[in-house]
Amino acid sequence: MSRDNLIISDNDTDVQVDFPAEDQTSQEDNAHENKRRRKADGKERKKRAIKTGRASSIEDTEEHTQKHNRKRNGSKNHKHDKEKDQAKKYQNNKEEEGEIKRKAAKSKKNLKNEQTKKKEQDSEKSGTKKRSKEKKRKDSAEKDTKEKEKAKKKKKVIETSSEPESSEEENEEEEEEEDVVRPETLTPEELEKLKEAVEDRKKLIQGLRGKPWPMKKKLVTLKESQMFVEKYEGALGKGKGRKFYAYKVMMTKKWLKFKRDFENFKTACIPWEMKIKEIESHFGSSVASYFLFLRWMYGINMILFGLTFGLVMVPEALMGHPYGSLPRKTVPRPEEGSAMDFAVLWDFGGYAQYSVLFYGYYNNQRAIGWLKYRLPLSYFLVGVGTVAYSYMVVIRTWKTFTSWDYLIGNPETADNKFASITTSFKEAILEEQESRKDDNIHLTRFLRVLANFLVLCCLAGSGYLIYFVVRRSQKFTLDGLENHSWWERNEVNMVMSLLGMFCPMLFDVISSLENYHPRVALQWQLGRIFALFLGNLYTFIIALMDEINVKREEEKIVRYNITMWEASLYNGTLSENSTAPPITVHPADVPRGPCWETMVGQEFVRLIISDTMTTYITLLIGDFFRAVLVRFLNYCWCWDLEAGFPSYSEFDVSGNVLGLIFNQGMIWMGAFYAPCLPALNVLRLHVSMYLQCWAVMCCNVPQERVFKASGSNNFYMAMLLVILFLSTLPAIYTIVSIPPSFDCGPFSGKNRMFDVIQETLESDFPAWFGKVFSYASNPGLVLPFILLMVLAIYYLQSTSKSYKQANMELKKKLQTQNEENKKKNKKAALKAAMDLEEARKAATQAAQLQAKHKPPSQQYENIEWDHEQRRYHRRDVRHQPTRGSRPPHHQEATGHLPGAPAQPRMHRSSNVPKH
Amino acid sequence: MGTTASQLGKELLSEYQELTFLTKQEILLAHKRFTELLTREEKDIPNVRVPMERILTLPELKSNPFRKRICYVFSTSEHKDGSLTFEDFLDLLSAFSDSATMEIKSHYAFRIFDFDDDGTLDSDDLQKLVNCLTGETDDTQLTFEEMKQLISNILEESDIDKDGTVNLSEFQHVISRSPDFVSSFKIVL
Repeated sequence: MSRDNLIISDNDTDVQVDFPAEDQTSQEDNAHENKRRRKADGKERKKRAIKTGRASSIEDTEEHTQKHNRKRNGSKNHKHDKEKDQAKKYQNNKEEEGEIKRKAAKSKKNLKNEQTKKKEQDSEKSGTKKRSKEKKRKDSAEKDTKEKEKAKKKKKVIETSSEPESSEEENEEEEEEEDVVRPETLTPEELEKLKEAVEDRKKLIQGLRGKPWPMKKKLVTLKESQMFVEKYEGALGKGKGRKFYAYKVMMTKKWLKFKRDFENFKTACIPWEMKIKEIESHFGSSVASYFLFLRWMYGINMILFGLTFGLVMVPEALMGHPYGSLPRKTVPRPEEGSAMDFAVLWDFGGYAQYSVLFYGYYNNQRAIGWLKYRLPLSYFLVGVGTVAYSYMVVIRTWKTFTSWDYLIGNPETADNKFASITTSFKEAILEEQESRKDDNIHLTRFLRVLANFLVLCCLAGSGYLIYFVVRRSQKFTLDGLENHSWWERNEVNMVMSLLGMFCPMLFDVISSLENYHPRVALQWQLGRIFALFLGNLYTFIIALMDEINVKREEEKIVRYNITMWEASLYNGTLSENSTAPPITVHPADVPRGPCWETMVGQEFVRLIISDTMTTYITLLIGDFFRAVLVRFLNYCWCWDLEAGFPSYSEFDVSGNVLGLIFNQGMIWMGAFYAPCLPALNVLRLHVSMYLQCWAVMCCNVPQERVFKASGSNNFYMAMLLVILFLSTLPAIYTIVSIPPSFDCGPFSGKNRMFDVIQETLESDFPAWFGKVFSYASNPGLVLPFILLMVLAIYYLQSTSKSYKQANMELKKKLQTQNEENKKKNKKAALKAAMDLEEARKAATQAAQLQAKHKPPSQQYENIEWDHEQRRYHRRDVRHQPTRGSRPPHHQEATGHLPGAPAQPRMHRSSNVPKH
Repeated sequence: MGTTASQLGKELLSEYQELTFLTKQEILLAHKRFTELLTREEKDIPNVRVPMERILTLPELKSNPFRKRICYVFSTSEHKDGSLTFEDFLDLLSAFSDSATMEIKSHYAFRIFDFDDDGTLDSDDLQKLVNCLTGETDDTQLTFEEMKQLISNILEESDIDKDGTVNLSEFQHVISRSPDFVSSFKIVL
């Protein structure tokens, strides 16, 4: 009974009502007895289910026969017209008499029914007890309908005094026959009731999995409710409606089954589910969260890839001009010799450069092929759509992803987990104690400043190095790449990758100066790596911008040269008449501009490739070879390699996630100029999934320092959003402010890339549309709109703040109310006990007065029944029909409040058969 | 897969799916893992109980500090020995599965943490809980002072009605504020 203390609010009462049997089991030592009791409980409930159904049918037949009687006694009624008034007077009395008689009859019948069941009963005693109980329950159910009957009878013909005897007899006989439900006999109200009961059962079945019951109990309940539903579902509805209802029921069943199968199918389809689960069970959720993140990224990249591949690359390859038909689609003459060399292709030059993989290959023809596919428009829209989709997904999935990780099935991990939990506890305690002994605060401050200074130096140094290297590589490209070594050609990417590899280690060393506690230190570390990556990326972009400017200068010269070249070409033919066929020059020989867009795309592709390579190589060397060395050299070494210095590597969740995020940032930046980037990234992620899964399982040990998953995932998503924003900025800048190259790409010949929209509006849409659009893009409209959005954001934020405040206040209120409630409940308990005493007295008095009419225990049985009923209508306690003859104290007694141990249960336990 | 499916029976399988938060594949996997725990003679007995010692050899439970409590809570054995039938085992996996609701997870978590089965988490329970979490070795275990501080902090945080113990609804209230509870209260086969 101590569980009573648990319940605070009224809402919780139903939970308690659900498993009183369990409560008792947990308390009592004699488990054996309990088990039997539970069994009996289950049986009882089974029977009850049948009874409730049958009771309603019985009531119905009663009414039925009464009508019958009325008809038969029609002539009699005529005779007894005078007695009408008198009958009216005595009606109530009579009804009471009738009730008693009926009860008696019913109990007889019950006995008959029960005798057949007797063999199934465990013992004679419990059987009879139950029977008596059930009979009583049925009676109380009957009472309920009696109220209605009364109302009806008053309107209809009044029964005569001579009639009841015989009718009761017939009643009994008919009842004997009536065991199957006859829906035709049900009144609408009964039908409604039955329907409700069936719905309740269905709800019960659906919610069953959410119940903390043992499986056996759930199984029994499920079977029993399914039986109930099946039995009475058919009874619902009449005539046509009935068929329709049955059909509906069947369809919902099928639909449910289909849904479940589909669910099963869906889980079978999720890629790498088992792999991730395995890692999850060995390394805990934080390592698994990295792989979930990787899978999510893979999904996003798949969609980006689908967009660019399906809407840009394939149409151009299928419907555009073929390779070699235009200068922009042909490898220029001087490069032809080396265009198929592996070294060139590896750098995405030669044939790779002049293919659908890069911006420059696309033609500026407005519509291509027989579909009149608007390729330039589609190119532009896909570029915008890529970014828009990414924003949408990142913001939408910005969801949050206790102390013991129940997943861990690896003893080593478990040891680490113990350590990290202990440190986190200690941290918490330290924080709580808040020792204000700021000893040597000056030293720590100085060290921290120093550390930050060092880190800044590192960042600046790496930034300068990248800038320097990019500028140097420009010089190399001007000289011609052939003259330089492999290192000089790949310097930029290699330097960037190496910086990304070694700087974090340096930061780690520096951060040991600062003496922060581990969580803060980890945050600092992450922040610094973030700054490093971002700095590197942006220096790279700035250097690229410089290069773009150089290329544009070059382009101007080329353009001038081309006009000269064309002039010289036509010069010889100019003297002849203009109808002569134009001179055909092989497209490979046509001089062309440098096409900075393709150059940018190429740079990004190279960066991605080298980044991928370094990641894989570090994985192999840093993890695999280290693990192999440690494992096998340990047999012949002076100290313990596994526990001592080199040890196995940890899986660095935060570093890996950061790497992934930056990789994605580069994809977003470069995808506009190199449509192949998403495809490359998909490939890369696919390989890394397998490689990293394998590496983690075979050569990593779990982290000692556990970054709490909940906070970090939010953090990572925020980082991803920032990166997305920062990486779209340069792309947007180039699209908006730099005019496209004159002789390559889908936007060649236009002043700006976005002019393609205007062009489409002018030529493909009716004139009024363009007008509307120009009005809508008017700053006079756009500015107020932005202002409105800002206002809306402000408003929403302030409301959320106020909600938070309200929440706090409610919590306070809850606390005070709880205290009050406690006091109140004590009083209520006392009062309830008093009331109970009074009721008892009254009942005994009443019993003494009308000993023949009413069994004294009926009042209590009533409560009992009601209480039992609650188990079925648990969720809808309020919907329960109110019972007329409920004792006054009942409402308070069922309160189940902490101070007032539930009164009905007292009766209940006295009624439970004990063996 | 086919053989295990036929062993379990289609009817039963669909009922288990109805009654647990597990998918069909998970139930079948659970059945496979469970039958692996049985000896040859036991395989023919329906509703056989596997003693706790053998259940705890599962790697998923082996290093869990609450392994014994978990077995006791989910066991329907009459002797309170923590032995599990397959159905108990399914109950366990269902409560610890991904898709189980916060209510059921917190309910079972509460029962697992309630070491003396008295329906509330008092300071003794909390002490045992913390000891379980930190491990039993001396270097990881908290000192008496630290423990006292920690427990008073916990109670201050979660004991809303200030009766010195944490009851189920208070516990659930606390749990509802830590969104990663659901994701970490998991056992995956």
